Amino acid sequence: MSFYPLLIVLLLMSAVGYWFGSKKALNTVRKSSNFLTPRPHQFGLYVVIWALVPPVILGGIWAILQVTPIQMDTGAMRQIDRVVFPVILLLAAGAGLYFSILRINPDLRVRKTIEGLIYVILILASIISILTTLGIVLSLLFETIQFFGKVPMSEFFFGLTWSPQTALRTDQVGSSGAFGSIPLFTGTLLITFIAMCVAVPLGLLSAVYMTEYASSRFRSVVKPMLEILAGIPTVVYGFFAALTVGVFFRDLGDSLGIDVVSESALAAGVVMGMMIIPFVSSLSDDIIMAVPQSLRDGSYGLGATKSETVRKVILPAALPGIVGAVLLAVSRAIGETMIVVMAAGFAANLTANPLEAVTTVTVQIVGLLVGDQEFDSAKTLAAFALALVLFIVTLCLNVIALIVVRKYREKYD
Amino acid sequence: MTDQAQKEGGNAWQSEAFLKNLKKRKRSERRFRLTGLLAILTALTLLAILLFSIVSKGYTAFVQTFVTLDITFAEEVIDPNGTLDPAELRSANYNKLVQNALREKFPDVKGRRDLRRLFGLVSGDANTKLRKMVENDPELIGKTIPVSLLAGDDVDMVKKGYIDRNLVEDDRRVKDKELAWLDVLEADGDIKLHFNTGFFTNGDSREPEKAGIAGAMVGSFYTLVITMVIAFPIGVMTAIYLEEFAAKNKLTDLIEVNINNLAAVPSIVFGLLGLAIFLNVAHMPRSAPVVGGLTLALMTLPTIIIAARAAIRAVPDSIRQAALGLGASKQQAAFHHILPLSMPGILTGTIIGLSQALGETAPLLMIGMVAFIADIPGGFNDPATVMPVQIFLWADSPERAFVEKTSGAIMVLLGFLILMNAFAIFLRKKFERRW
Repeated sequence: MSFYPLLIVLLLMSAVGYWFGSKKALNTVRKSSNFLTPRPHQFGLYVVIWALVPPVILGGIWAILQVTPIQMDTGAMRQIDRVVFPVILLLAAGAGLYFSILRINPDLRVRKTIEGLIYVILILASIISILTTLGIVLSLLFETIQFFGKVPMSEFFFGLTWSPQTALRTDQVGSSGAFGSIPLFTGTLLITFIAMCVAVPLGLLSAVYMTEYASSRFRSVVKPMLEILAGIPTVVYGFFAALTVGVFFRDLGDSLGIDVVSESALAAGVVMGMMIIPFVSSLSDDIIMAVPQSLRDGSYGLGATKSETVRKVILPAALPGIVGAVLLAVSRAIGETMIVVMAAGFAANLTANPLEAVTTVTVQIVGLLVGDQEFDSAKTLAAFALALVLFIVTLCLNVIALIVVRKYREKYD
Repeated sequence: MTDQAQKEGGNAWQSEAFLKNLKKRKRSERRFRLTGLLAILTALTLLAILLFSIVSKGYTAFVQTFVTLDITFAEEVIDPNGTLDPAELRSANYNKLVQNALREKFPDVKGRRDLRRLFGLVSGDANTKLRKMVENDPELIGKTIPVSLLAGDDVDMVKKGYIDRNLVEDDRRVKDKELAWLDVLEADGDIKLHFNTGFFTNGDSREPEKAGIAGAMVGSFYTLVITMVIAFPIGVMTAIYLEEFAAKNKLTDLIEVNINNLAAVPSIVFGLLGLAIFLNVAHMPRSAPVVGGLTLALMTLPTIIIAARAAIRAVPDSIRQAALGLGASKQQAAFHHILPLSMPGILTGTIIGLSQALGETAPLLMIGMVAFIADIPGGFNDPATVMPVQIFLWADSPERAFVEKTSGAIMVLLGFLILMNAFAIFLRKKFERRW
């Protein structure tokens, strides 16, 4: 029996169970003089739980067994899958139904069962986030270990050339392709650095202006407008960077007699910075707001102007928090994908010149995994290794930033 | 400075040095304030440039050039045997009709290359359109009527002024001869711009004039439905558990730290997770909205949980106490009282999470939603693409006409995002309660 008929039969069974359960509860209470604590429909639900939970658990186990790579005799397997398994499932449901209806009496505390089940479901839902993290770590780690079986770790972390394509062309695995990821890391850092040069001053200064100078009306109009920048999809920024900003910088370079490629790190970095401005500004906004008013009042009382207060009192007091905000922004920039995929280069280029094309970790992950994949080639596995590095770096940055920000908050609470 | 002023005697507050210093401080104050304002203005200018560049490139995507030709529905082409057999009508060569009409219009054109250029003025879509006309009304056969046909993308670009006529012919995609023909057609009033309905009803196509975003919109819809169906209940349940039931223990701490970290994991990593788990382990179909939806659900889950927790926390404790005091169980208090009161906040957070998912591209590239798919997907398991990925694909296409299509698709996507966010703001404004 395939999935949908099975599901329909199970649902029908539970509907019947619901009806019988509620009816029997009403009947028993009529016969006895006892007071029925739970309401009749809760008895119905109780029966449904007993009818559905065993098959669902069995089905879950079965589904997990099916995706595990245990190879069994396919003929027998199909037989089990088609006949034996649905029969067991329906038997379990029937047994649950029968015994739960049998047990119904007015003294049965069915609400406890129902609430217990709901509690379990809530915990299971919460555990999904842990499972997600676990899934990320395991899937990345598994492929990365395979990758390091083909390419030595020293080459990956210290090699200066990156050209994974050659590994595919010749049939030798690993040995012919170059998997030195240093150019990718430097490229990522270069673009991130440019992005920060744009985002941090603009974001910080606008946060200072918003909190210290702007009227509440100005704030209520301008702040949502700045937030629009954060809501625009990254693919739109990528298109903008590739088609408008890249060409603009190239033409500007031409008119100044400087050679700027249209896929320059500068264009990607500037546009990425533009995307991060609201991120930096709203984070620093919160942090500047958290600086106690007494510090400001003390400074004004000593005769300092507003700008002197900001520069000499507020910013130093808020510095740890701002550092945390910048770290979060850096991790955001490192993990950003679409802007660099569309506007940065693809060839690994070890340079610190922002006018040349560089490539980044995320660009390479996309480049290696889009299109046909074979899961035994070093080329595909390299993407997972890069992603693991990316995951670990952003995770560390976030953890450090969160600790810094929390310490800072505690200081003024 | 004050020391010095006091040494000089007299009123220190009026001394020349002090006043000079004061002036300097005030100047620097003004400068600082101006710098802040400039920073905001710069950010807003960048936003304006971005939007302007998209709109100015994209607004023409909503109109399309049509060429009106006098088409003779010649019987010997459509139905040489005179049987009116539907199968025959369907398989007839309607392009021939267009070619005949063009030849008639420009009798001087000779030579295969020139003829091919001439026939290129009209899109290949004309074939389908004429076939449908005849199938609907077989009476047309034998008649000659003016029909408005979709123009080729080069004609479209010329009409919209994207092709510089002053360029040297060799550097130009559209040659002098074609321009001359177009001028003739233009002079006769046969070239017109109409609203581009095809843009909203067609799937993707290699030919820019036929390409539309309907397939991507439907794909996005299916993907978002899956995302919502998965992420919303799980997110709400997690938030309720953490806020209402969770004991202070290691597991709870672990879950909380996890959620905060997941919120900051780069989106592409979720794509790799989807690739490794859903495609390689669970063998789900590639390029399908169901896989995209699951991946995006895992990605938006932290956003929804964090928003839902904030909304639940905002419900005052008195509600909880009152429910418990009247004999409700903890779960009854949570599900009957606290959850309904926090629903507006939860929904706002969910919509914002979904609008993020709608604009997300990178993880979907990983699970193969980047393939060229011309058909409009009909279900959750059909190969599909989504709007941001369609934008990415078109942005990569070399044809000039795809630039305006890309910008047009971006405008549609931004329109959807604005709608969703406006709805979220509306919900917040309408149902928000200050306790």
